[in-house]
Amino acid sequence: MIYVVIVFLWMAILLYILLGGADFGAGIIELFTTKANKAKTRRTMYKAIGPIWEANHMWLIIAIVILFVGFPKIYTTISVYLHIPLVCMLLGIIARGTAFVFRNYDAVKDDMQKVYTPIFVYSSLITPFFLGVIAASSVSGQIDPLANDFISAYVFSWLSWFSVAVGIFTVSICGFLATIFIIGQTEEGGDRTHFIEKAKRAIFVVMGCGALVFVAAYFDGIPLTTWILGDTPGLIAITAASLSLIAMFYALNHNKPILLRLLAGFQVSMILFAATYSHFPDIVLLKNGDNLSLLAHQGQAKTILSLGYALLIGSLFILPALVYLIYIFQKRKDATA
Amino acid sequence: MDDLLAARLQMAFSLGFHIVFACIGMVMPFFMSVAHFFWLRTKNVVYRDVTKAWSKGVAIFFATGAVSGTVLSFELGLLWPRFMEHAGPIFGMPFSLEGTAFFIEAIALGFYLYGWNRLHPWFHWATGVVVGISGLLSGILVVAANAWMNSPAGFDYVDGQYLNIDPIKAMFNDAWFSQALHMSVAAFVSTGFAVAGVHALMILKGKNIGFHSKAFKIAAIFGTVAACLQPISGDISAKDVAKRQPEKLAAMEAHFHTERNAPLIIGGIPDTANKKVDYAIKIPGLLSFMATGDFNGEVQGLDRVPKADQPPVAITHYAFQIMVGLGMVMVLIALLYFTALVRKKKWLNSRWLLKLFVIATPLGFIALEAGWTVTEVGRQPWIIRGVMRTADAVTPMPGIAYSFYLFTAVYISLSVIVAVLLFRQITMVDELYDSQSNLKD
Ligand code: HDD
Ligand code: HEM
Ligand code: HEM
Repeated sequence: MIYVVIVFLWMAILLYILLGGADFGAGIIELFTTKANKAKTRRTMYKAIGPIWEANHMWLIIAIVILFVGFPKIYTTISVYLHIPLVCMLLGIIARGTAFVFRNYDAVKDDMQKVYTPIFVYSSLITPFFLGVIAASSVSGQIDPLANDFISAYVFSWLSWFSVAVGIFTVSICGFLATIFIIGQTEEGGDRTHFIEKAKRAIFVVMGCGALVFVAAYFDGIPLTTWILGDTPGLIAITAASLSLIAMFYALNHNKPILLRLLAGFQVSMILFAATYSHFPDIVLLKNGDNLSLLAHQGQAKTILSLGYALLIGSLFILPALVYLIYIFQKRKDATA
Repeated sequence: MDDLLAARLQMAFSLGFHIVFACIGMVMPFFMSVAHFFWLRTKNVVYRDVTKAWSKGVAIFFATGAVSGTVLSFELGLLWPRFMEHAGPIFGMPFSLEGTAFFIEAIALGFYLYGWNRLHPWFHWATGVVVGISGLLSGILVVAANAWMNSPAGFDYVDGQYLNIDPIKAMFNDAWFSQALHMSVAAFVSTGFAVAGVHALMILKGKNIGFHSKAFKIAAIFGTVAACLQPISGDISAKDVAKRQPEKLAAMEAHFHTERNAPLIIGGIPDTANKKVDYAIKIPGLLSFMATGDFNGEVQGLDRVPKADQPPVAITHYAFQIMVGLGMVMVLIALLYFTALVRKKKWLNSRWLLKLFVIATPLGFIALEAGWTVTEVGRQPWIIRGVMRTADAVTPMPGIAYSFYLFTAVYISLSVIVAVLLFRQITMVDELYDSQSNLKD
């Protein structure tokens, strides 16, 4: 059962990055869009994401609940040492969620929109950035449980070149996902060409940010290359992700939006796989080497058993309904809300 | 401010904020579904307009509820890591089931909000009902988790170790039923009165009377019926507390000395130093009767509880008085309203009745927050009653006060913004939702 729980945890994180990421990305690309195209981007994104928006960030909650029920030690260690970036991320989530609602449900359409939009856009940037920082800090051995001053325990546990680089990388991935997603929502012709050009640029930005991560790891003395390329599955995953980029350019040039989405999803899951596989079952690395492992630090047998059943039964209800929801609204995207 | 106090206040603020949104998010869908039902049955467009207007409200509250709930699920770890480390695996069951309930709610809401003219009308209606039911279920589940803190079960506590964990037993602890029942009814009371109050105000102002009267009636009936059930459920809760947490009941009633034929104390100022209550109304024997079902039953006082384990008396007592007092006021309003419905139809159009509802707009929510204060403060100094103290649960990170200031500022600004947003929705009713007044133009 523990493996069922771990698979759910991994899937929840992946889906949050993919769906939530595309959603954050929508705000991010608004920031990098010319004024003329802003309204268009916004409208297209809203139509695409609106119906599933509420469900998107549920993945994060599922991941958190799995952590605190099944792996309490891991949840509490992260909460204690990464308190500050977590709070920053939460502020981002609050600001983003409310700005989204206000933008779309405010009955009076007037100047207030000018207030909501910047909040929406900047919080779209902050949230994935800190998400990246948190992920990077947990897997890179920066958390120091033996530290006895505030700065080294609660600040240098997460503040490093590496974490910042991963934060930027996460932001770039979100932007990339959003451009890919949006292509499928646009009509053939003018708009689509515009977003295809954008997607190509986004791919280069992601590659640039990826390179930045390796540079930062080098400066911080983190053996990232050995971690990711050191074992065969990781190596295969990264190679597959890189090769699929070629297919991606093909899909971009030949106007295949569905293939594009699949490829983007594939690449992100490969990156996540490579990043998590290298240490498995460890998931939080500590400076003193007392790593926290999904197997060694799991809850008691009955807890894991009931958690596993709760997840399995839950997904029996949820997945068909979610698929049907997406299906219905994709089929008739032209109808008005 | 020390870290413990800051953490407690931050937790209390966040929950107090979340609960308002959560309650509205779980009760409004029922109102909406009733209006929707009348629209499908009678084809009276006013009902469709009411449904649409309310569904916008549901969307706003759902999203803010979801955001504040997400924050809470992190805050449990950010503020109380030592509690979560042990409690997570034990009381996690309701939270993991709750995940499913939220998810279904979110999906159903997606169908509902975007489903007008796309789904079969009755299927569309049913998705709205599902939103309500799954919302209510999540409320019940999360309260079961809170009940576990009052009445820990499903594990053996041996030498500081938590052994033989049984999450199912933990979920069905002794307190879950009475708390979940009382909480669910409270959600209907507070949302019903709040919504009815707003529509009553609009009727008084003479705006879109057709629209607001229909809306008022639905909300008022829900609110008043629930208000009459609440004292019954509260009585069940009180008996339950007397059995499971006598020290909490003693604090609620400022009952310092163990005695038979104990009086019910109404109002008054507890004087902890001298163990008495000044200026209170005392009804002899009634507390014994309420707690035990016998006027001569013995009710434990605070004298039976070691000093270090006593909950704060004054806050608990005042909060309890506020809850019960407001509950009784709402029962009175409910009785007047029923009389109007059944006997005195002309009262229904009178301004004083509407004014009464306007005044009562916030009462339900005040009672709700007071009730939670009773439960949570009355559990102190324990975070898990009898097992772990709140002071031992708090995060080791210093400087929580800054986090408290930050979140307080965020919550205050959010409340202001949501209020403004709702105000704007309501003022737009004629343009957006009232097809009848558009026709007249
Ligand atoms: C609209 C709100 C509302 C109203 C009118 C009342 N209550 Fe209440 N009460 C709550 C809202 C609430 C609550 C916020 O929902 C609580 C907090 C925890 C819980 O389960 O319910 C609560 C808790 C609570 C408790 C503590 C339960 C526990 O710790 O397990 C008792 C003994 C009562 N109530 C009793 C009453 C009585 C005798 C009432 C008579 C009118 C009453 N309540 C009205
Ligand atoms: C599942 C539900 C809940 C859980 C798990 C929970 C958990 C906690 C925790 C961990 C604390 C800090 C320790 C303490 O001071 O007692 C706390 C305090 C508090 N909570 Fe709850 N709570 C829940 C529901 C609520 C709700 C819905 C409210 C109300 C609005 C509420 C109001 C408070 C208050 C007022 C305090 C501060 C108590 C004090 O300062 O003495 N709680 N709760
Ligand atoms: C420690 C306490 C609590 C935690 C950790 C918590 C967590 C959450 C989370 C994560 C969500 C968002 C789900 C979504 O995206 O749909 C949420 C929403 C919700 N919560 Fe809480 N919650 C707590 C207390 C409560 C309490 C005491 C209630 C009581 C009734 C409650 C009722 C709800 C409801 C009904 C929703 C759905 C939102 C809506 O319909 O507007 N929660 N909560």
